[in-house]
Amino acid sequence: MADERIEQVSKFRRALIRPELGAIAGVILVFAFFLMIAGDSGMFGPQGIMNWSVVSAQFMIIAVGACLLMIAGEFDLSVGSMIGFAGILIAIFSVQLHWPVWTAILVAFAICVSIGAVNGFLVIKTGLPSFIVSLAFLYILRGLTIWLSIVTTHKTIIGGVKEAAKGDWLAPVFGGKILHGAFVWLASHGMLKTYSAGSRAGQPVVEGIPMLIVWALVLIVIGHVVLTRTRFGNWIYAAGGDAQAARYVGVPVNRVKILMFMTTAFCACVFATCQVMEFGSAAADRGLLKEFEAIICVVIGGALLTGGYGTVVGAALGALIFGVVQQGLFFSGAESSLFRVFLGTILILAVILNTYIRRLITGER
Amino acid sequence: MSSYDHEPIIEMRNIAKHFGPVIALSGVSFDVRLGECHCLLGDNGAGKSTFIKTMSGVHTPSSGEILFKGKPMKFDSPRDAMEAGIATVYQDLAMIPLMSVTRNFWMGREPLRRVGPLRFVDFAKANEVTMEEMRKMGINLREPDQAVGTLSGGERQTVAIARAVYFGAEVLILDEPTSALGVRQTANVLSTIDRVRKRGVGVVFITHNVRHALAVGDRFTVINRGKTLGTALRGQISPEELQDMMAGGQEMVELEESLGGTV
Repeated sequence: MADERIEQVSKFRRALIRPELGAIAGVILVFAFFLMIAGDSGMFGPQGIMNWSVVSAQFMIIAVGACLLMIAGEFDLSVGSMIGFAGILIAIFSVQLHWPVWTAILVAFAICVSIGAVNGFLVIKTGLPSFIVSLAFLYILRGLTIWLSIVTTHKTIIGGVKEAAKGDWLAPVFGGKILHGAFVWLASHGMLKTYSAGSRAGQPVVEGIPMLIVWALVLIVIGHVVLTRTRFGNWIYAAGGDAQAARYVGVPVNRVKILMFMTTAFCACVFATCQVMEFGSAAADRGLLKEFEAIICVVIGGALLTGGYGTVVGAALGALIFGVVQQGLFFSGAESSLFRVFLGTILILAVILNTYIRRLITGER
Repeated sequence: MSSYDHEPIIEMRNIAKHFGPVIALSGVSFDVRLGECHCLLGDNGAGKSTFIKTMSGVHTPSSGEILFKGKPMKFDSPRDAMEAGIATVYQDLAMIPLMSVTRNFWMGREPLRRVGPLRFVDFAKANEVTMEEMRKMGINLREPDQAVGTLSGGERQTVAIARAVYFGAEVLILDEPTSALGVRQTANVLSTIDRVRKRGVGVVFITHNVRHALAVGDRFTVINRGKTLGTALRGQISPEELQDMMAGGQEMVELEESLGGTV
């Protein structure tokens, strides 16, 4: 018998109540806010849009990894250090050791993903909270990054990657731009402004879509499909929801968790490679605080810190909010230190709202 | 009774289990036939949990024999036992509250459909089967993707039982399924047990509540201090006798007197 005390929920309300609701509301609010105060500052012109899109895409890349890992019930605080580490590895391999850039990138990926696996293995085998284990790696990797860079070059910034990457087949996959032709076409038809002076006179102000954005979108789509549509996705939720209950029905919880640590490391490495290819250099201090920014994106996106609940789409929207607010304050000429105040406030509001939405969905009391 | 016509599907003989110097079980014998509900009664610490964990493959016995369908059997993991058709529903670990009923129901055995080289969960089929199986157990879900957290404790146990039965469990071990439930929900779970038994599944019902046991049990085995004190058929034993056996006899009688016979 249906319980008469269960309120009948309308389709509309059901469609409205979803984990990402808080983030969707946040995106609308943030855009409305900046359209109001910075609408004429160029923030919503082609260059402005490209500016906050790139920043948001950076957050999205690490947020996808952090989101999947958090749903599987673990944290990785070493993401930021991993970004610095991966960048320095690529620079040392390609500039100092003169390896082809594609080899440098692939080896860096292999090393980072392996470290991610070690991270996960330690968490599983010791039973320690991943917070502590990955905190240790935060220090270990940052220390190694600075040491490696000083030992090999006596500097903490290694340049010359751009020159080394000329003609390489893999480098453009991270540092290139696509749809250049489309933007030139738009410019030639007067739909996009061109530079009027300088060395790039006549070229469109936006040259194409950076691969960074493509990576972000691809990772979001894959992450979302895997999480919601596949067996493995169900196991990710189960591993974080209740590891013991999942084990009892035969879910390989340890394998799932270790794979998620590897995914997080992979995402950090994508971030690092894109950054190194764009700047043409690696610096030992890159990626500072990125682990927390990734976690903030995920939490704004409606995921639960204790695991078992959340969506990749939510995390991506969280990253969009993060990026738009950071760049929006810059466009509106606000004092940049206020960004942190704003961020802290959004974080608290998002968590309160998401807790409420989650109660509606799950019937928690 | 028809369920005694055939041999036990699983028979545990003289099971002992030591954890270092601690003797958790010292000679427990127990068997289950298809289509019966065999209640395992015992007070807290009597060894019920250790015993069923031996039956479900979590522990290997230190000595003793397990016969499954007449053949000696050794389970190395819960997975082994599950493959053989022995499913266990744990009181608090049955379900993951944040996940939907469907996702819980199929957890670990999600139905797949191929799309080119990729394989996705067939949610249309999963939802349909879940709704149907829940209906058979007397629960009308509002929707298959509602979170398990929105169900009552009894309904959660029922989902777990329905899941085990759907995936072909021949022996269903229920670890204190009623101990945390209210009166109404307990009744629901007991009627679920009855339904499952009638479908030919052998049910092992672990409880320390004599009334719950007597409501559905065909046979009753009492375990105390790691030993079986004996097995009785339905109708051969009174609630008082069962209660006394569980609590260890004499002390309980004295206690009961001092409480005015209310326990």
